Amino acid sequence: MGDLLTTLGSGLPLVGAEVTFWWVMGRIGLVLLLVHVLLIVGALMVWAERRVSAWMQDRLGPNRVGPEGLLQPLADLGKFMFKEDVVPKHTSKWMYMLAPAISLVPAMVTFAVIPFTGSYEPIYGADGQPTGEYITQSWQIADLNIGVLYILAIASLGVYGVTLGGWASNSKYSLLGGVRASAQMISYELSLGLAVVPVVLMVSSLRLGDIIAYQADTVWLLFTQPVAFFIFLVASYAETNRLPFDMPESETELVAGYHTEYSSMKFALFFLAEYTHMIVGAALVVTLFCGGWTFFGLEQLGWIMGVLIFAAKTTFFLFAFIWVRWTLPRFRYDQLMALGWAWFLPIALLNIVLTGGALAFDQDWVLYILPVALIAAAVIAAWFKYRRDLDNDVPKLERAPQLVGVAGSGGEER
Amino acid sequence: MSVPSDSPAAPTAGTELDELPQVDVMDIRLDSDEDLGERMVLNMGPSHPSTHGVLRLVLEIDGERVVSVSPDVGYLHRGMEKLGESLGYHRFIPYTDRLDYLAPLSNNCSIALAAERVCGIEAPPRANAIRVIVCELARMSAHLLGLGAYSMDVGAMTVFLYTFTERERLYNFFEYLTGARFTTTYTRVGGVARDAEDGWLAEVREFCNEFHKKVDTWENLLTKNRIWRLRNEGVGVISQEQAISFGLTGPIGRGSGLPYDVRKDRPYFGYEQYDFDVPVGERGDAYDRYLCRLEEMRQSARIVVQAIDKIPQGRILADEPKFVLPEKYDVLTGMEQLIHQFMLVTGEMDTPKGEIHSYIENPKGEHGYYIRSEGGAAPWRLKMRAPSFVNLQILKEIVPGHMIADIVAILGSLDFVMGECDK
Repeated sequence: MGDLLTTLGSGLPLVGAEVTFWWVMGRIGLVLLLVHVLLIVGALMVWAERRVSAWMQDRLGPNRVGPEGLLQPLADLGKFMFKEDVVPKHTSKWMYMLAPAISLVPAMVTFAVIPFTGSYEPIYGADGQPTGEYITQSWQIADLNIGVLYILAIASLGVYGVTLGGWASNSKYSLLGGVRASAQMISYELSLGLAVVPVVLMVSSLRLGDIIAYQADTVWLLFTQPVAFFIFLVASYAETNRLPFDMPESETELVAGYHTEYSSMKFALFFLAEYTHMIVGAALVVTLFCGGWTFFGLEQLGWIMGVLIFAAKTTFFLFAFIWVRWTLPRFRYDQLMALGWAWFLPIALLNIVLTGGALAFDQDWVLYILPVALIAAAVIAAWFKYRRDLDNDVPKLERAPQLVGVAGSGGEER
Repeated sequence: MSVPSDSPAAPTAGTELDELPQVDVMDIRLDSDEDLGERMVLNMGPSHPSTHGVLRLVLEIDGERVVSVSPDVGYLHRGMEKLGESLGYHRFIPYTDRLDYLAPLSNNCSIALAAERVCGIEAPPRANAIRVIVCELARMSAHLLGLGAYSMDVGAMTVFLYTFTERERLYNFFEYLTGARFTTTYTRVGGVARDAEDGWLAEVREFCNEFHKKVDTWENLLTKNRIWRLRNEGVGVISQEQAISFGLTGPIGRGSGLPYDVRKDRPYFGYEQYDFDVPVGERGDAYDRYLCRLEEMRQSARIVVQAIDKIPQGRILADEPKFVLPEKYDVLTGMEQLIHQFMLVTGEMDTPKGEIHSYIENPKGEHGYYIRSEGGAAPWRLKMRAPSFVNLQILKEIVPGHMIADIVAILGSLDFVMGECDK
């Protein structure tokens, strides 16, 4: 057991590792463990979504199966298993069968490079000053030195599941959902990728362990890169097809969007994929911007603390996912595209330029130009609007119906 | 006799159904062989989450944009007008519950008023005050559902459950007063079925006094919400001219700047005694209609409080034994009342000859009856003006050019009920 734990925690890179029997067994064990954790947490997320939404909406939610309804996912699973697995005749059978798997697998594979606990120490140069590089030991399936690139590459595969599902169903509503999904995910993929670039620039490493070590040693990137953080967060909402960006499945317009024609476990896979995407999205936000498994030295108490800190932070962002979903209405398709292309993309590009400038000329204050400028612009706009309303004597509500106390003309003319 | 095949001439007696000239009411056909090119025909409904009931829209879309729309109604047609003609005034009242099934009390009041105008009688003041109270409560409950379903269609699910909580309390009030939550059948020709107790009135008054706080809660979630405004402002704009020429009434007409409200213009049930305002929008878009509905709910609560404060004592049924059903206790104890009950129920009622058009302000708009009486207990002709039917005609004018997602916002803001539309 001790051997296994040491091997697991050694953080050996995949390439150049001394491949022993225990090393292989350790990796396989870790993969199995993480897959099951993801599946269970995904199922629990369904429960959490229903309970939290019920709490927000002043009702009870599922509370009958097991304590506090915790076994509800099991009951749901049983139901999905025994539902008839309908494959409509007019579908393209292979694509139709493959799409749910294509949707779920990339979401789970992304998790391979996310470290969930570990340790780090800075490397000191000959002069006794830290060189900005770190010796990191992270617990993860694969400690890739191109971790960020890997994530972006895999995450962009997720769209295929949704698009193929919509296309293969050969139904108009599904097709519309699939087309929306591809357009939306491609445009938000750009912002998502561009929001990570400043992070990589500042850390000067693509390895996620290094990004965490950098944040633990200096300050969370959430504070030095607030604009990138915000864009990444919103783009990950769009990536996961959650409200206010749930165009592909918007149930009141497209019935159920891309999975209208799916039933039984195939539908459950799409469902699970959405929640796995959420978990991975939250874990990425935590890793890239909120210090990963570190929390002001608390992680040094033991490896289990790192896991707990990582889980707590991820849970917070998962809660935010649910919170937003049950609060906001849905964007319209063209408004969503306008937001992505006309706002997020230019701002993310500007952020990269400014961050690059700050690093090239070693001027830290440049980092804060963009967030301060954006906040100032918002405040100035609000102030002008307030002044204008004050001058024009506009009531508190910008638009209010005019109240007519006397009989209107409509009745008399009839 | 030969009928030219291209003219929809009146069929002669004895014509088989198959031989009737085919009149195509749909502009867009799903089974058409026409080459649409880039465009696509999309069938929306009659079973679709946002067509609220059984409205069917056949859309021709170019990508996400709607090129043309062809609404199809009638999936819930039950022949209400004919039922009214064969059942008579007394026995038709339960059927009106199923018209606008979101405000059955309002429908009950409408048919009772029409029948009273035919008979030339008048309900006692207390009955009228109770009718005002239940009509306004029904308006609140209908607008609550309208707002909830509307916001859910646009994606804000939580508002739906918040409004349903309040609607549930209103339904509890209805249950206590009428004995039923949904199919109330509360009014009678010449009054109402049961008297409202003081305790009930006090509870309703308390509810209405606090109602504006609840409306503020929903406003906080929606009115200034940027996404809500993006989705609704400038969507489904109906000009005042269009509203007049299409005969749009209710919050839709008022949202387009048409200050027409039957309660103000042709007061009934003594609405002139109450102090209330009629909200009128400026631009006529979905957002204006939403604002008008919110304000109408506040004004309704105001009217209810006034009506409860001013409610007169006295009878709840008019003293017109030839037209008004006697009370059940009297039927079981008095000979004459028993005879009257028997005669009225079996259809021995002698209404004056003539015709009337009676209309009231239902939650969805002006709801009215044209009744032609040739004597007897049933109308010779009963024609119903269903506001949802009239209001839905604007769809063809305002939907083309919008996106698919806008259709749900437009449908939600039009707030129709298919039970009433299809009659």
